[in-house]
Amino acid sequence: MRHLASYILTRILLAIPMVFIMLTIVFVVLRVMPGDPVNAMLGAHAPQRVIDQKKEELGLNKPIMVQYVEYLGKLVRLDLGDSMIFKQKVSQPIIEKLPATIELTLFGLLVSLGIGIPLGAAAARRRRSGGDFGIRLYANVVYCIPVFWMGLLLQLFFGVWLGWFPVSGRTSPRMEASVFSKTGFYIVDTLRIGNLAAFGDVMWHLVLPSITLGVVLSGIFVRLTRANMLDVLKSDYILAARARGIPERRVVYNHGLRNALIPIVTMLGLQFSLLLAGAILTESTFSWPGMGRLLLERIYLRDYPTIQGVIVVYTLVVSAMSLLVDLLYAAIDPRVKY
Amino acid sequence: MTARFSPAAGAASALRWFSRARRKYRTEWWIMIAGILVIALIVAMTVFPHVFTKYNPNDQDAGGQMTAPSRAHIMGTDNLSRDVWARVVYGAQTILGVAIAAALLSALIGIPLGLLSGFAGGLVDRILSLVMDSVYSFPGLILAIAFAAMLGPGVINITLAVAVVYIPTYFRLVRGQTLSIKEEVYVEAARAIGARRGTILGRYVFPNVIATVVVVLSLNIADAIMTEAALSYIGLGLPAGIPDWGMDLSMGKKFLPSGTWWMITFPGLMIMLLALGFTMLGEGLAEILNPRLLEK
Repeated sequence: MRHLASYILTRILLAIPMVFIMLTIVFVVLRVMPGDPVNAMLGAHAPQRVIDQKKEELGLNKPIMVQYVEYLGKLVRLDLGDSMIFKQKVSQPIIEKLPATIELTLFGLLVSLGIGIPLGAAAARRRRSGGDFGIRLYANVVYCIPVFWMGLLLQLFFGVWLGWFPVSGRTSPRMEASVFSKTGFYIVDTLRIGNLAAFGDVMWHLVLPSITLGVVLSGIFVRLTRANMLDVLKSDYILAARARGIPERRVVYNHGLRNALIPIVTMLGLQFSLLLAGAILTESTFSWPGMGRLLLERIYLRDYPTIQGVIVVYTLVVSAMSLLVDLLYAAIDPRVKY
Repeated sequence: MTARFSPAAGAASALRWFSRARRKYRTEWWIMIAGILVIALIVAMTVFPHVFTKYNPNDQDAGGQMTAPSRAHIMGTDNLSRDVWARVVYGAQTILGVAIAAALLSALIGIPLGLLSGFAGGLVDRILSLVMDSVYSFPGLILAIAFAAMLGPGVINITLAVAVVYIPTYFRLVRGQTLSIKEEVYVEAARAIGARRGTILGRYVFPNVIATVVVVLSLNIADAIMTEAALSYIGLGLPAGIPDWGMDLSMGKKFLPSGTWWMITFPGLMIMLLALGFTMLGEGLAEILNPRLLEK
């Protein structure tokens, strides 16, 4: 256990430079680029006196280094600052919206793994057959489908034409807000109070967005699984398993696939980044009230502190995910030492 | 090096190389050709748009409002009575131009940095690698959104926003390759005969990196196409008046509830086809130039 603890600690320390670098880039981009937030907020014809006053109020008149140090100081105390447009802490809308994004991303991930791994394994098993070619073609084609277009097509087919699934939001408007107020994770909330009707409604709303995200990213998992499987199927223990007369299906899926999955887990961290990016577009297509929509809304309003806060939280989520993946890797492969 | 280059001999040797490659890599060859054909068709649209359509993409009097595809308007008309096919044809210029320019720009920045970092090593390498790895592991689209939002709409600005995202891709690739090429015997030989560092980098290391860069460039353009489309779809890309597939999709989204399928189907299909063309070209090239590159 001591080894595990020290491993986790080292791993967290290693994540700090990455978070720090992204923070700095975002901080500089938001301040050095053209488009002064105060001018944008007050309009081009505001008198200089008002502009100066507003700048002082927001601390934007100080040298950039001072602003940077102050920002970092606040951040260490987990304070993301105040919104420039609304009278609220930056953290407030983020806490409200983050669960929506996590729910969407996790279900998207499940869909893409659920499609990608079986297809990839099947393609590797019948390498160079028509099926293999078809699956590889599928992987390449879906990878090139813009997430938002996929979303629009699904909305058109299953929402507008067939009317089977809702095309926007996380719940039906008739659902009472009180059902969802606990954690923000609607699935958890509805299950905790045992409201199955509300749970069903939440799942029903998740279908199209998670399929959108999942199908588009499934292509990557098809490719990863196929490539790893091809490597694994060449190994001696597969030959040994075949020699012992174990049925081919079991050789491929029990002996092969389980080992091929290990490298896929290590790739999950990077794929998670893609999922988050895809989630922004999915949220914007399905009016899903998550972090991506928050980011875009605040960009239109030019609420710089909130924009920065949202990106900081994205950075933290990405680092946390890559930490989690490393730990998971160590857990499923006993050969990995802490 | 006194022999003069003769176009005929050059063409003949290229032809020989192509026919050898075609026989050796049958599937990959056809994948590459299919990609090239798709790209060629869309490039033709950008160069001779008037051959493909007689309508002006901004003509708000092209036909009725939101009419379904018909003989006069093969892809229908949009909410402002503009011809969707004309907008598809003219929109190709924007997305193709931005994607190619952005990919080239990031290659132009990423490759020298990668060469430098891999070759020099030491503190420069560690700092550059740390920064590039951080950017690389961050969702690229979010970074592009941040840049695009700050720079404001415009063709140049969107190109810059897309380019920033892909610098680490080239950096990491070229750095890794440089690190291994640096240890090759021929580099050691060059060093032994007293070649200067610049000469070693330019004449021994760089030419060996280029084959991989070509492949990644092609795949990268495919990615840049989708990033450009995404930025303009969410309204951060281009000023109104420039026909653009991503922008047309977000327009079509507004009228989706009324069932105007043609407004979203065609621009999206074009984005996919164009990205697919570059992906297929890249995959085919990868297999032919360096079979181990894309295995993982």
